[in-house]
Amino acid sequence: MAVIGPGNIGSDLMYKIFRSKYLEMGMMAGIVESEGIKRAASHGVAVSTEGVKAVVERKDIQIAFDATSALAHLNVNGPALKEAGILSIDLTPAAVGPYCVPSVNLAQLHGESDINMVTCGGQATIPIVYAISRVAGAAYAEIVACISSKSAGPGTRANMDEFTETTSKALEVVGSADKGKAIIVLNPADPPLTMTNTILVRIKDSSVGIDKITASVNEIIDELNLYVPGYRLRVPPILEGDQVTVIVQVEGQGDFLPAYSGNLDIINAAAVAAAEKIAERMLNEKGGAQSK
Amino acid sequence: MNKINFVDTTLRDGSHAVRHSFTEEQVSVIAGGLDQCGVPMIELSHGDGLGGSSFTYGLSKVNEFDLLKAASRHIKNGKLTALLLPGIGTIENLHQAYECGVRAVRVATHVTEADVSAQHIIAAKDMGMMAVGFLMMTHMATPEQIAKVAQKMESYGADYINLADSAGYLIPDSVSKRVEAVRKAVKIPVGFHAHNNLGMAVANSLAAVEAGATYIDATLRGLGAGAGNTQIEVIAGVLKRCGYETGLDFYGLMDLAQNAVEPLMPRPQVIDNGSLMLGYAGVYSSFLLHVYEAAKKYDLEPRDILVELGERKMVGGQEDMIIDVAYQLRQGR
Repeated sequence: MAVIGPGNIGSDLMYKIFRSKYLEMGMMAGIVESEGIKRAASHGVAVSTEGVKAVVERKDIQIAFDATSALAHLNVNGPALKEAGILSIDLTPAAVGPYCVPSVNLAQLHGESDINMVTCGGQATIPIVYAISRVAGAAYAEIVACISSKSAGPGTRANMDEFTETTSKALEVVGSADKGKAIIVLNPADPPLTMTNTILVRIKDSSVGIDKITASVNEIIDELNLYVPGYRLRVPPILEGDQVTVIVQVEGQGDFLPAYSGNLDIINAAAVAAAEKIAERMLNEKGGAQSK
Repeated sequence: MNKINFVDTTLRDGSHAVRHSFTEEQVSVIAGGLDQCGVPMIELSHGDGLGGSSFTYGLSKVNEFDLLKAASRHIKNGKLTALLLPGIGTIENLHQAYECGVRAVRVATHVTEADVSAQHIIAAKDMGMMAVGFLMMTHMATPEQIAKVAQKMESYGADYINLADSAGYLIPDSVSKRVEAVRKAVKIPVGFHAHNNLGMAVANSLAAVEAGATYIDATLRGLGAGAGNTQIEVIAGVLKRCGYETGLDFYGLMDLAQNAVEPLMPRPQVIDNGSLMLGYAGVYSSFLLHVYEAAKKYDLEPRDILVELGERKMVGGQEDMIIDVAYQLRQGR
């Protein structure tokens, strides 16, 4: 494994890779000498400031996380990794490859060279929309993601539209809603608020009843908890007419970022879960050594 | 004395008070009337800005772009203006609004989060629009902090900075200090947007003008979220008596308020207990009607929900948390 982009996201990914049974941290690549590079080196990880170039030169890297920016992924990292035959797991909003929300569609992704992790808000809400949609249908799904100001880096702040647009689209494509709408709010309260998400769905068949909807939601939360232990219901599904409301909270695992940054934890945890599944597949296919 | 420029937001902030039910006919009459009364900027969009129509903030009865088109046909001299909250509305919405005749946009962020407005202010300027940096909930930051974020918005290209007392929490002295601090920090003009939750809207607007603000937000009959905004026909009269030039037709506004707005008001724009608590606890004004609904549904006292929202330091756009608070209060019983 390689991580490109040694910022907050990249550093947190590194610690998650250290904990993984299937993944080995092969390289941390950046473009300048930075805290993140030093941090990785202090853990004995190979580092480079040559960016993606250093990653493709290593012949043993099979999967790379791209935690840079949408532009860098589109123009530089994505094409270079593809050419080198390295699978990209893209954490930027570039959305070159298909969206991946592990609890929903990981099993369906096969052989893609570039998969996109949507957004933090998408990872936190799409599973719930999907869980509702699979039992009652979803004519419309709306989500409000509230993240603490401290956990929203300059990348998020400069790309509010990318967040809402990518999440809205993924609510449709992965969440199976006919129409999706995403809203993001930054809250500066101190101490910082834990990431909270509200999910509102107009269902197609309200005769299904609340019990079936709740059971489906609980089932997907069990799956989510396998990779995001801090994911929980705050307000269990409420059915009013044809509208279902659910509120969830995401507490991070505190790997590198504080626990309130559930938003950063969940997208990273999802990316690692996807990488593990793919690595497991690679190992089974080759019957060979650990994937780097 | 400085000329005071008015931004009428009856058709935007007032949208909250009528639960986003404006029709093309209503906005045509009101926008046309405001234009004839000499109002230079007429704001129209969903109460939560472009793209605000949603379960969370309330669905618009008529698509806001159709409303904008209708209003645009009746505005001859003024600028049709829209509000946009990054995180809710997008640049694509702004392009659509431009097609409908919008020529000024106010890009609104929470007072400490101005950097999320850069993308939208720059896009508006590229489209040749007037762009306003609009800071919400200014009671939650000190004058010094506000001065710094105003400078950021100025650097993105904002044409003026509007300070909003979104919770109707401020009193005249705290308004003056904020306006003065921003005036000293930036070269562009400063404006003010009041809510009347503590009965201070007109007094605060006057304080802002005396401190050097040259743009003032107001609405006919005060129609707006919470206890409403600064009543335009009243502030027009007050400023006229104080000798300020506004370019407004005082009698014309009075007649328009009485004939076009009063008949469509679902409730008188008074300071009821819920509105008073918004101002007292520092809660975003447009939460009010949603709180009343949740209180009814969960059999709670609206005041208790409002106080808890204030304690949790919820910001504009977090209407979804009203259900969370009501649910938790109910469970805690």
